Amino acid sequence: MADALGVEDLRVRVGEIEAVRGVSFALEAGSRTGLIGESGSGKTLTALALMGLLPDGLSATGRVLYKGRDLLSLADDDFCELRGDRLAMVFQEPMTALNPLMRIGDQVAEPLMLHRQMGRQQALATATRNLQRVHIPDPEEKMRAYPHELSGGQRQRAMIAMAMACSPDILIADEPTTALDVTVQAQILHLLDDLVIEQGATLLLITHDLPVVASTCDQVLVMYGGKIVETGTVDQVFDRSRHPYTRALLDAIPPLDEELPDRHLRAIPGSVPGLGQFPPGCPFRNRCPNVDEICVEMPPLARIGDHLAACWHPVGGEP
Amino acid sequence: MTVAITTRLAALVASLVAASVLVFVIVNLLPGDVATVMLGTNATPENVAILRHQLGLDQPLWLRYVQWLWGMLRGDLGVSVLSHTEIGPLLVQKLLVSGPLALLAAVIALVVSVPVGVVAGVRYRRLSGAIISALSLGGIAIPAFWAGLLLATIFAVKLRLFPAGGFIDWSEDPVAAARSLVLPAVALGLVQAAVLTRFIRSAIIEVQHEDFIRTARAKGLTRWQALRRHGFRNAAIPVVTVLGIQITSLLVGAIVIENVFVLPGLGRLLFQSVGNRDLIVVEDLVMVLTTVVLVVNFLVDLSYRLLDPRIRSRR
Amino acid sequence: MRRLPLPLIAGAAVVGLVVLVALLSLVWTPHDPDHVVIPDRFQGPSSAYLLGTDQFGRDELSRIMAGARNTLLVGIVTIVIAIAVGVPVGALSALYRGPLEEVFMRASDVLLAFPAILLALLFAAVFRPSTVTAMAAIGIAFVPVFARVVRGAGLQVMEMDYVTAARTFGSRGWWILLQHLLPNVANVLIVQATIAFAVAILAEAALSYLGIGTPPPTASWGRMLSDSQDYLYQAPLLALWPGLAIALSVLGFNLLGDGLRDLLDPKLVVRLPAQA
Repeated sequence: MADALGVEDLRVRVGEIEAVRGVSFALEAGSRTGLIGESGSGKTLTALALMGLLPDGLSATGRVLYKGRDLLSLADDDFCELRGDRLAMVFQEPMTALNPLMRIGDQVAEPLMLHRQMGRQQALATATRNLQRVHIPDPEEKMRAYPHELSGGQRQRAMIAMAMACSPDILIADEPTTALDVTVQAQILHLLDDLVIEQGATLLLITHDLPVVASTCDQVLVMYGGKIVETGTVDQVFDRSRHPYTRALLDAIPPLDEELPDRHLRAIPGSVPGLGQFPPGCPFRNRCPNVDEICVEMPPLARIGDHLAACWHPVGGEP
Repeated sequence: MTVAITTRLAALVASLVAASVLVFVIVNLLPGDVATVMLGTNATPENVAILRHQLGLDQPLWLRYVQWLWGMLRGDLGVSVLSHTEIGPLLVQKLLVSGPLALLAAVIALVVSVPVGVVAGVRYRRLSGAIISALSLGGIAIPAFWAGLLLATIFAVKLRLFPAGGFIDWSEDPVAAARSLVLPAVALGLVQAAVLTRFIRSAIIEVQHEDFIRTARAKGLTRWQALRRHGFRNAAIPVVTVLGIQITSLLVGAIVIENVFVLPGLGRLLFQSVGNRDLIVVEDLVMVLTTVVLVVNFLVDLSYRLLDPRIRSRR
Repeated sequence: MRRLPLPLIAGAAVVGLVVLVALLSLVWTPHDPDHVVIPDRFQGPSSAYLLGTDQFGRDELSRIMAGARNTLLVGIVTIVIAIAVGVPVGALSALYRGPLEEVFMRASDVLLAFPAILLALLFAAVFRPSTVTAMAAIGIAFVPVFARVVRGAGLQVMEMDYVTAARTFGSRGWWILLQHLLPNVANVLIVQATIAFAVAILAEAALSYLGIGTPPPTASWGRMLSDSQDYLYQAPLLALWPGLAIALSVLGFNLLGDGLRDLLDPKLVVRLPAQA
């Protein structure tokens, strides 16, 4: 199957420091990929780099291939044509991500007026239908409301409606449910799932929450220290994880279906190093139970078992 | 929303009353009193007593306060003890000088600061933005009256383009009258522009980092489009909140500048009355100016609420 | 050690210079600032008189130096007054809330309607204009600013969990005040005081210019400017030096204030009218 997006050796610098250190992956068209990482892993910066929305002062190198074009080398005007139309993003905090002074309707209609040359009336009508599709009750009324008048879940739905307005090929969702109540989280994820499948889009879901990935995605990327340390299908990575970090993340999840005293909840010793403070070589070196001298050298992302991992001493023995 | 307005209106009235009490108390704090001061060397006890009775100073304090307040509300501001002219019409006459001056200065300030501030904010990481920022920092350090003095030295004394002072009445020679206002208005306006530029610049810088600007760009808007459609209105809010303070500053600046250029406006009247210890004029004038300040701040507060729908729905 | 922000260094340098000059002028100036030498009046800058002489033949540079003393004195006294009244008002408002807070805040709102210069004019009409009335007026005009700042910071502190904990343990009001509130308010106070100092300088200059601030013969930059106005034809440069001194000092304090704000990062600083 063709790749919707190909990322080659993406590096993001913050001043002197590299926060994303050579990330490469491909998103299969129509797939739902979860990008897992804790804060500080570089996952959000990766997403922003793909969209060309890095904050001022940050720069990205590498290649991001979409339909044969390298997005990173595009002029901003050309990229603007693609953003919102072919590539779209949903952000973590719907309250701050929406303009507090503008009505919801105008905001949701904006991509349609921009990319589909719709007049205002037509765009608003389409936007109302979009709000309906994301299951916002009383869409006509909500169109005229301001963001602070909606609940958190409704705001996120509106954001999704906004992002999906032009039926993009690629949707990037950065922690879309983290700021929401647990009961709402499942609904939003379901919604994302349905919409993506319905429109045949490719989803990149960024999160630190493993169960979310397990339920929503088919592919997984695990990031640590600005690098991808493991990747494969959900089954491969979750059932047969090979990287000690992935293993540790899974071990840290309290089990709901096992007898309680069966297993220790294992916390990962140490804490995530700050920006630019990762040790040379394998970034997980200082916290890894399998570490030895060879780990001073960064292991390549190589095939170990049935998927890819970057480790000299993977879980389950040497390849 | 109407609840909020009424509450604030009530607060405004309360503030006005409190201010009037403050002014009245301070003015009548004089150990000797107005009569003694006015009569000066002619102050024999009998003369003082007669004058006191004439001025109503022998009445109890609270009564005099009420009379004064009631008079002001009716538009009767009393009579200047020195010039024996009615104060009400006098103020109106002076207003015809101060009003246009302040207005012209405000217009200059806005016309300069808005574009310059926006440019400085948008280009804050570039040299042009830094230069503007440095210039505005220097600008706010310059006393307005010094700016006026310098302008007068250059444009009036050396180049003889504008008058260095004085004012010909509007009715006599409107062109000359306007020309008299140019240098003072420019001095006042440019200094205010420096202040406003800083506020606008920082508001624009702040807004560019907001999440919703990033969302706007994610929709495909260019930086400039995102700023124009989403940023400006949001940036206006912090700027509007300081407008009240700035108008106060403009007022005060006008008072001083009128004395630099010897313009017969409210500021000069106040200054002269202070010098002559014409306390009734001082009392009235300070009260009028304070009222202007309080009312302006009230209106600014109101407009700020209109701009921001989040505040409209709260109490 | 984080690199100090540039405004801080520049501001500190300028302020330091002003303080140094003021202190120096107490023991030495090129000439006696009050010494009248009529034959030498209106001289331009020369090796004997570096900035020239004024209308009485007095050395301009020496008078500028002496003027620094006056400027700093007024600044310090006004800030002290404003803090002495404003801090307790603000702190008590934050601590006890309720009707006390209402009264204090309403009163300071009213006071805020009186710009320093207006208040000073009022005082000058009622009492004899002098440095004291000027300082009192400016100081009082700044009280609401400091009250607000301290109240704002104080409210934040009171919300903190450790204060709530302290209260559940029965800590008394004044104890909380001293232990928790005031130390945390110090940051904002320092920045606010520095910025207010700059405004105070401008206000004092305006008042002295108008003649209701420091009376002669004490050297005061504001009054030197008003004097120079009478002699714009003979000696236009006299209008330059005092204004430059004022602007430089104000710039220094503004830079210092901005730098301190960057360093200490308090977000609650209250905006003052930039030219009171």
